[in-house]
Amino acid sequence: MTGKSIVIRGGRVVDASGERRADVVVEGGRVAAVGEGVGADGGDLVLDAGGCLVTPGLVDLHTHLRQPGREEAETVETGARAAALGGFTCVLAMPNTEPAIDSAGVAREVLELGRGTCCEVRTSGTITVGRAGERLSPMGELAELGVRFFTDDGSGVQDARLMRRAMEYARGLGVTLAQHCEDAVLASGGHMHEGAWSSRLGIPGQPAEAEELMVMRDIALARLTGARVHLQHLSTRRSVALAAQAKADGIAVTCEATPHHLTLTDASCAGYDTVFKVNPPLRTDDDVAAVRAGLADGTVDCIATDHAPHAPEAKEQPFDQAPPGMLGLETALAVALTHLDLPPARVFELMSWRPARILGADDAHGGAVEAGRVANLAVVDPAAEWVVDPHALASRSRNTPYAGMRLTGKVRHTLLAGEPVVVDGEAQR
Amino acid sequence: MKHLLAVADLTRDEVDHLLGLTDAFAEVGRRRVPKVPALQGRTVSWLFYEDSTRTRLSFEQAAKRLSADTLNFSVSSSSVSKGESLRDTVQTIEAMGVDAIVVRHTSSGVPAQVARWVDAAVVNAGDGWHEHPTQALLDCYTIRAHLGDLEGMRIAIVGDIAHSRVARSDVWAFSLLGAEVTLVAPPTLLPPNLDGWPVRVSHDLDAVLGDLDVVYLLRMQRERMTEALVPSLREYTARYGLTARRVDTMGDKSLVMHPGPMNRGVEIAADVAELPRSAVIDQVRNGVAVRMAVLFELLGSGPVVPPRSATTPGGPADRPLPVLTPSSPPAGPSADQ
Repeated sequence: MTGKSIVIRGGRVVDASGERRADVVVEGGRVAAVGEGVGADGGDLVLDAGGCLVTPGLVDLHTHLRQPGREEAETVETGARAAALGGFTCVLAMPNTEPAIDSAGVAREVLELGRGTCCEVRTSGTITVGRAGERLSPMGELAELGVRFFTDDGSGVQDARLMRRAMEYARGLGVTLAQHCEDAVLASGGHMHEGAWSSRLGIPGQPAEAEELMVMRDIALARLTGARVHLQHLSTRRSVALAAQAKADGIAVTCEATPHHLTLTDASCAGYDTVFKVNPPLRTDDDVAAVRAGLADGTVDCIATDHAPHAPEAKEQPFDQAPPGMLGLETALAVALTHLDLPPARVFELMSWRPARILGADDAHGGAVEAGRVANLAVVDPAAEWVVDPHALASRSRNTPYAGMRLTGKVRHTLLAGEPVVVDGEAQR
Repeated sequence: MKHLLAVADLTRDEVDHLLGLTDAFAEVGRRRVPKVPALQGRTVSWLFYEDSTRTRLSFEQAAKRLSADTLNFSVSSSSVSKGESLRDTVQTIEAMGVDAIVVRHTSSGVPAQVARWVDAAVVNAGDGWHEHPTQALLDCYTIRAHLGDLEGMRIAIVGDIAHSRVARSDVWAFSLLGAEVTLVAPPTLLPPNLDGWPVRVSHDLDAVLGDLDVVYLLRMQRERMTEALVPSLREYTARYGLTARRVDTMGDKSLVMHPGPMNRGVEIAADVAELPRSAVIDQVRNGVAVRMAVLFELLGSGPVVPPRSATTPGGPADRPLPVLTPSSPPAGPSADQ
């Protein structure tokens, strides 16, 4: 529908430059006009944005799409649909698939699967072959395919010398290394945060220090190598403090926090419901407060979902046998708007233009809503109330920790490169 | 009470009530024919994912003395080894028509999960490091039988608290009944965080032994050596093993307890296990009565229970128990639940 025009009428546009009442006219996949009343004449499709905020589409730096290898839990197609329904126009696929995204062949497959879906799918690559932590992946070859982020997510690179080499090599390519910070030996056998709750429940825990040790190490290595390092899903008070100090010291680190580490605590595990099993584990009230404070003061650069689908049969196992991870794409924005006590513009900043810049996707995502830009947009009704129903989600899995929770804020429309992929809360692809 | 999942969920009244029921069932156990028809027509299923001899047999004996039918789910020969999910397994068992599922599992929390998935009553027969509630009840019953009310009593639990479901149940049960509980272990064998636990902590057994009414020893597992939790069994025994010499420093009436199976020569010296003050065999004996009480409490009430008035002579006068009367099977085929 390249020749057609779409009018987003009656909303308030929110981007990095501020907030204003404006219609948005989209033509040929790009924003053609922005301004009050510019949509008065209508177009081929008029999308009602009354009472809504029109924002650059959201960008997720941390999405597990499970394909190839775990298609029973999610596919690129279903994950992209969930993303669009959550207001995302760009997601970064994590490489812990089976096989891992550690070669140009697998990366091409994932990118190919992403074409024509509801969301732009970019992919990360692994730091080490097979995420085994032994040999460097062909980062140069992957970078030529457009891969900008490398991570062994699901686990951290344990060998400090190998991580140093990876950072040095990445610096030469101009790419970013993202780390799942966790000292595997110290954390080994732990299935939740080690603390008062794990002690009571008799579930082996992993201490906050298992995360903090690697945050500390990677900051030191970033200082040593000058590499750009992105610390994934920080979850403890001291991790946030370490990141703040690193930034104050001028080290090139960025970091993210997940909606669940900003809202849920280890007390959620009291009923042994495996939906609350996640890695890093849900921490204490004090940690949640500190991560939220880090988000408020800018230490934490962005919100990332760590959308981690698992099939019901995988989660319906004993707590210490179930895989860690929870869904996030379709609830992240609403959870942030409902629970973070931040103005919507600030939430969009943390979920759109900041992550877009960290990913290097800001040519097409997260930029100003202005004429000439690619029309990657989300239209969000900040007052719409809804109750999370796991069975109503577009994800192939149902492991949301927010089941039954009433949230405020819902995506009404999503435009991907000018195409309406979500209209009135319904996916169009 | 719908399920028995954890002592931490119980109130003082519920514990007292179960111990009262246990009195009545202990009396049944002393009869020439130690059997009552209280749970006739009811079916209790075992779901044991972990080897257990004494707990399994004890529950089985309890169910049989209550005239319940039993269904045995053997893990090794089951679909579990074929990769079936836990939920599918328990729902399959329930579909066969069971009134209670007695669950033992190596993973903490499985009984709580099972209770969410089925309508049958669920009894926790020990889950991971979490709880073993019937063990705690029989421990309380045994202490009360030997020493009377637990109020103000000083009890030490000695050994591998961190990995012990018995400790996690006993701590709550003992303190609920008013005892002062001290955990005695090296820091490596204590849970990493004891916030909110009604306990004192000591790393020195000799320092606390003289003041105790009960010393409760936990089994020291050999695999803890490989986890760098203690340097050697020899060093553990030297510092925490209950030897005859240490027993001599205890009060005359104080009791030695152990949940079994004992590692003689490690946490308990062989000759100590044989002393009159050792209550280990009583613990096992009382286990049957406690488990009868629990099964009756969960299954005996409701439509199939006969009126309280028809108490059989021989029952405790102050506790007219429906269990002691002949009962009839449920009205229709699995019409209950």
